[in-house]
Amino acid sequence: MKRLSVTERLTKNRFVLDEEQSHIEVNQEIAKVTGTGKLIVACCPAHVYTEEPDGTISVEYAACLECGTCLAVAAPGALKWHYPRGGFGVQFREG
Amino acid sequence: MTETAEPDFDAIVIGAGIAGCVTAYQLARQGRSVLVIERGEAPGSKNLSGGVLYSRGIQQVFPGFLDEAPVERRITRNYINFLNAGSSVAIDYRDARLADPVNAVTVLRAKLDPWLAERCEEAGAVIMPGVRVDRVLTEDGPAGRRIVGVRAGDDELRAHVVVAADGVNSFIAKEAGLRKQEPLNHLAVGVKSVVSLPRETIEARFNLTGNEGAAIAAVGDCTEGVGGGGFLYTNIDSISVGIVVRLDDLTAKKKVVTDIFDHFLAHQFIAPYLEGGELLEYGCHLVAEGGLHMIGEIAMDGMVVVGDAAGLTLNTGLTVRGMDLAVGSAVAAAEAIGDALDRKDSSGASLARYRQKLFASYVGQDMKTYAKAPSFLEIERMYKQYGELFANVLYGAFNLDTQPRQHLFKVARKSLGQSPLKVRQLVRDGIAGARSL
Repeated sequence: MKRLSVTERLTKNRFVLDEEQSHIEVNQEIAKVTGTGKLIVACCPAHVYTEEPDGTISVEYAACLECGTCLAVAAPGALKWHYPRGGFGVQFREG
Repeated sequence: MTETAEPDFDAIVIGAGIAGCVTAYQLARQGRSVLVIERGEAPGSKNLSGGVLYSRGIQQVFPGFLDEAPVERRITRNYINFLNAGSSVAIDYRDARLADPVNAVTVLRAKLDPWLAERCEEAGAVIMPGVRVDRVLTEDGPAGRRIVGVRAGDDELRAHVVVAADGVNSFIAKEAGLRKQEPLNHLAVGVKSVVSLPRETIEARFNLTGNEGAAIAAVGDCTEGVGGGGFLYTNIDSISVGIVVRLDDLTAKKKVVTDIFDHFLAHQFIAPYLEGGELLEYGCHLVAEGGLHMIGEIAMDGMVVVGDAAGLTLNTGLTVRGMDLAVGSAVAAAEAIGDALDRKDSSGASLARYRQKLFASYVGQDMKTYAKAPSFLEIERMYKQYGELFANVLYGAFNLDTQPRQHLFKVARKSLGQSPLKVRQLVRDGIAGARSL
């Protein structure tokens, strides 16, 4: 099977984007001090999180597959993560 | 305990997965008024599993399940292997008895769960998709705080009993104080692709006929030595392929989860199964791995917790279970809720019968039997050294290099001598395995 990047994989999925609000919020300071930033970059299967050259963590919330792994590994206060509003986010067709 | 306002429903179920749908179905069949609230745009659209459902429990709930529900293949072949970088040692267990009666089927949840939700509606339950429950409603009574309903956006809905069937992250159980942040060794992340292939190709590659299915499980190099494993499950005309890795080990080893998944897909013994396939969907899911130790309080005044939300998953090394436990917990919960509604007492003490019923059933019994399995599966050696040792012993036996042969025992002793494993570790792990699995 052809090797696909994570971005290419995500294009196969159906997403309903919530244009109005993100369901993810990183507290940059706490994320940096606690190491949460690097952890969530490495643990997220959808590559929602990217460490920028200045050390901050950017968030591509539209790609989120809603597993909750980032929240599980995050230090207290470093990350606000909830499910998207009803009807939004990934909509599995296989599952 | 009496309640102030007359509720809108006997029960409100949060989440239309297996646990939620089976609870709702059982309650609706008792004649209760039931509302199921689902945040996905349709039931199943937020739900994902590895793919093997041990189906006896759900067949008791829906006697026509195997013929009527959209299940994929009936598992008659379990292939369990230590998968090293360049070698593999496997048990290939095939058994016609697994097909008659059927014991396990592969499923794709976005296809299965809508069927379950339809059965709920047929039985009289109301399904409300596209709505996220934001929090539970509570009231302070003489016996303390009780759950009286849910809030979703601006809407408040009340019920005698709320059923938290909102999955492994269960924000609802956490908000109600029934669950805390789990330690990382209790959690794993599963990453999965569904890969399309013609059914004839699948049957030829996995040596299957008709609706037979295969489940391949692997530990070792396939996860780059991180605690967990890889899997391939055959669907009718697709393959579910993925890895599951424990979060404590993933973070300690500073690995990138998608690199591990790529490594598994590219493995020389895995890639040929997928050759020519087209990716249909990419997903992931958090997995509870704590076993018995993860089950906390599952009933309180006005609420019970079922399925993944209650921490009900079980990895026994050979079988990986969750969906069958969701069914069992739902059946137990619906019985206990029915009794509580009959008594007009949905206090925590009254709903505590759910726990008794759960632990009297195969769910609680199996969680107890395998209570030590999680710590056994945390043994680091399982994920690298054992597979290599087994392969080296077999290599010594099969590699006829014109040198005089030695008895297998000597080869094994020599391989063990070259391995970082110690005899006492082997003995200790052997005993621990026998006791915990």
